[in-house]
Amino acid sequence: MFARHLAFAALLSLGWLYPAHAEPVTHAELDNGLEVVVIEDRRAPVVVHMVWYRAGAADEPPLKSGIAHFLEHLMFKGTDTRDPGEFSAMVEENGGRDNAFVSWDYTGFFQRVASDRLDLMMEMEADRMQNLSFTEAEWLPERGVILEERGQVLESRVGAQFNETMLAALYKAHPYGTPILGWRHEMEGLTGDDAMDFYNQHYGPNNAILVIAGDVDTVEALEMAQQYYGAIPANPNVSETTRPTEPPHLAERRIVFEDSRVGTDYVSRMYLAPVRRSGDQSEAAALQMLAALLGGSSTTSVLERRLNFDEGVALSAWASYNGMARDYGMFSLGIAPVEGVSLEEGEAALDRVVAEFLEEGVDTAQFERVRRQLRASEIYGLDDAQSRARQFGVGLSIGLTVEDVEGWIDALEAVTPEEVVAAGQMLLDRRNVVTGYLTAPQSTELSQ
Amino acid sequence: MKRLIAIFILAAFPLRAEVDITQVTSPSGLNAWLVEERSIPFVSLDLIFPGGATLESDEQAGVVNLMTALLSDGAGDMDAQAFAARSEELATRMSFNAGRDSVSVSVRFLTEDAEAVIDHLRLALTEPRFDEDAIARTRGQLLAQLRRDALDPNTLASRAFSSVAFDGHPYGRETNGTPETVGALDRDALVAAHQGAIARDRVYIGAAGDISAEDLGELLDRLFEGIPETGWDLPDHAEFLAEPGVEVIPFDGPQSVVAFGHAGIARDDPEFLTAYVVNEIFGGGRFGTRLMRSLREERGLTYGIGAFLSSGALGESYQGRLSTDNDNVEIVLELLREEWAQMANDGVTEEELKRIQTYLTGAYPLRFDGNSSIASIMASMQYQGFDIDYVNRRNDMISALTLDEVNDLAFRLYDPDALFFVIVGQPVGLN
Repeated sequence: MFARHLAFAALLSLGWLYPAHAEPVTHAELDNGLEVVVIEDRRAPVVVHMVWYRAGAADEPPLKSGIAHFLEHLMFKGTDTRDPGEFSAMVEENGGRDNAFVSWDYTGFFQRVASDRLDLMMEMEADRMQNLSFTEAEWLPERGVILEERGQVLESRVGAQFNETMLAALYKAHPYGTPILGWRHEMEGLTGDDAMDFYNQHYGPNNAILVIAGDVDTVEALEMAQQYYGAIPANPNVSETTRPTEPPHLAERRIVFEDSRVGTDYVSRMYLAPVRRSGDQSEAAALQMLAALLGGSSTTSVLERRLNFDEGVALSAWASYNGMARDYGMFSLGIAPVEGVSLEEGEAALDRVVAEFLEEGVDTAQFERVRRQLRASEIYGLDDAQSRARQFGVGLSIGLTVEDVEGWIDALEAVTPEEVVAAGQMLLDRRNVVTGYLTAPQSTELSQ
Repeated sequence: MKRLIAIFILAAFPLRAEVDITQVTSPSGLNAWLVEERSIPFVSLDLIFPGGATLESDEQAGVVNLMTALLSDGAGDMDAQAFAARSEELATRMSFNAGRDSVSVSVRFLTEDAEAVIDHLRLALTEPRFDEDAIARTRGQLLAQLRRDALDPNTLASRAFSSVAFDGHPYGRETNGTPETVGALDRDALVAAHQGAIARDRVYIGAAGDISAEDLGELLDRLFEGIPETGWDLPDHAEFLAEPGVEVIPFDGPQSVVAFGHAGIARDDPEFLTAYVVNEIFGGGRFGTRLMRSLREERGLTYGIGAFLSSGALGESYQGRLSTDNDNVEIVLELLREEWAQMANDGVTEEELKRIQTYLTGAYPLRFDGNSSIASIMASMQYQGFDIDYVNRRNDMISALTLDEVNDLAFRLYDPDALFFVIVGQPVGLN
């Protein structure tokens, strides 16, 4: 049988990857360009089936912000042979759950079902990969839904609005500065045709990754993938999209966001940072370790220990790093001062503690504890097949390989204290930076 | 293509959850449910201590929450920093949560460190220090949280609903207290709340992972050394008191949050499972429910709407939530009343029942997906009063429900004239 032959060949050419304690992870590519990742976890008769498209909000044409997300919603509105809502209804009738998500770099669709329903999920997902179809009766109310979504998750939450404003200031040219949901005034004009254009441009097996995790036999899963997805022709419209790149950043940007709905004032700072690079994740790994040491614990991290416990100036203080993006990563710092400490004083304290950390170097005992937890996280991580599937989906969507994803913990373990301090020097350069204050208005004449 | 689908539907049959639960009794008599899973070398353990915030007095509202937040903030001869550093060395994750009805503890640990982690956890449960500096620091964080809650329309809506629905009962009170009560809590109050809320007489225990029944029993005895036998008594049942009507709480913003509902079904009611099935058809937090179809899919009035049986240990209500543009509130209320009336008059259809039965029975095994979720389910099933065989019978019970049974329940539960609405926002067209 052709399918079996293909699967077998794929296994031979790419090899099995056995991480320390894990079940096997297999990677293959079909002739039409679809990448397939299979993660076996036979503990429960459940499987996660995910399709990831390498297209997201950062690939939207001008004036159409939000179209990637609108299309994600419309993917549930039917195909040439299926009615609106039938996809989710079928998943439910089979006892499954399904949903979808969009980022700047990718759009993903997933279902969790009993493992003997995997073939149905594949059949339906393969169908909407090529046969999406809907009418105005579907897309018009759905546009109302995405506007309500923006109202609920963004415009009704002052912290989210602050974040949106910060990102828009951080990116001068790159579309990571445009909200994934879109700007309201552009969303209001989106149409079904716009969504279909985006679909025709970006969706297809040659721009997608299939991830199957759970109670499956790898060879059988690959055969099934070939059966349902293998016949879909590659989409000739798919091409490497060129995104704008950032011009040199010459000056820090500072924002003061005032809103009466702010309950706790805080300072947030975002730095443009490197991403995880395929084949060499060492720089990103050092930044991740830096974030873990500065902000990885609500008690023992450097920022919490110094600013909250020792000095008592912070309700909390944080640091985080995200290198899981195609073009730009981000390092962020922040502090919520206690009452009586101003945002300016809080920011100054934060800066001082970071500078002292970079001068004094890493505390050896803390470093060892972080490494100990890293090793444990390899074991704990095996408990959650869906989260493992997600790591591969995101990783492959942004240009990492299976080896990069599998090798991340090793890359983290290889980081030395000196490398952490060297990586941390970027925190002293403010040109790539937005610093924002979120605060309630100082006026006392609020209530009427 | 359509024929293929038909075949798949026929092939769909109710699954049983393949979960093998062992009833464990420790040498000293503690009971636990264990699901052994030896393939990954770690264990998840969950404890539920019923009572929670319902145990505290009006004057000390929030004391159980603050006490629970402080359990890991220094214990035995370790201050907060030392305690956390030790947790990190052991690569364990411990979480302590206080809710309206219970205090819960969740911990996971590598098999090789089992005894050391249990000793560490016992310190938090039996010898929390409640140092004055830790109290001040944590109280400051909780007060900041209360200030944020006071500006959050979802929290405001839920609070207003409960305070009317359960006026005079702890269920009508703030689980996390008020700025006044939390600000006044002292160390003595915390010590007393610790003794009152965490006691052996009330605990439910679930475990899953790389451990035998015998080893678990010994670990539990080790853990419970020094935990008081008895704690504070639980208060009486809470009656649902909200009268029908609409309460508007003005709040600036583009949308209104709407909380709605009326009296519910007790969780020990023989028809609770039937009510659960009916609600899944009507409003169970998924796509494809009646509420989602009417308000989201057909009209685009909201991003999401759900209804839920809020059936606590001491009282019950049937509620729902949505957010919608201020302009839409009037039509939303009208639609909700219509949907409610349809359930009260006509119930659900045979087709809806069949679909939900297939969904619920198929989805049930998916819950048991990993040690962490299994341990938590094991503890909460005991807390909710299920017997150990329930996992194996539950799907059959759902499949056996008839349309008459389901609709009798619907006629009993749904009462459009009893609906009480809380609207937080600037709704247009309402006074």
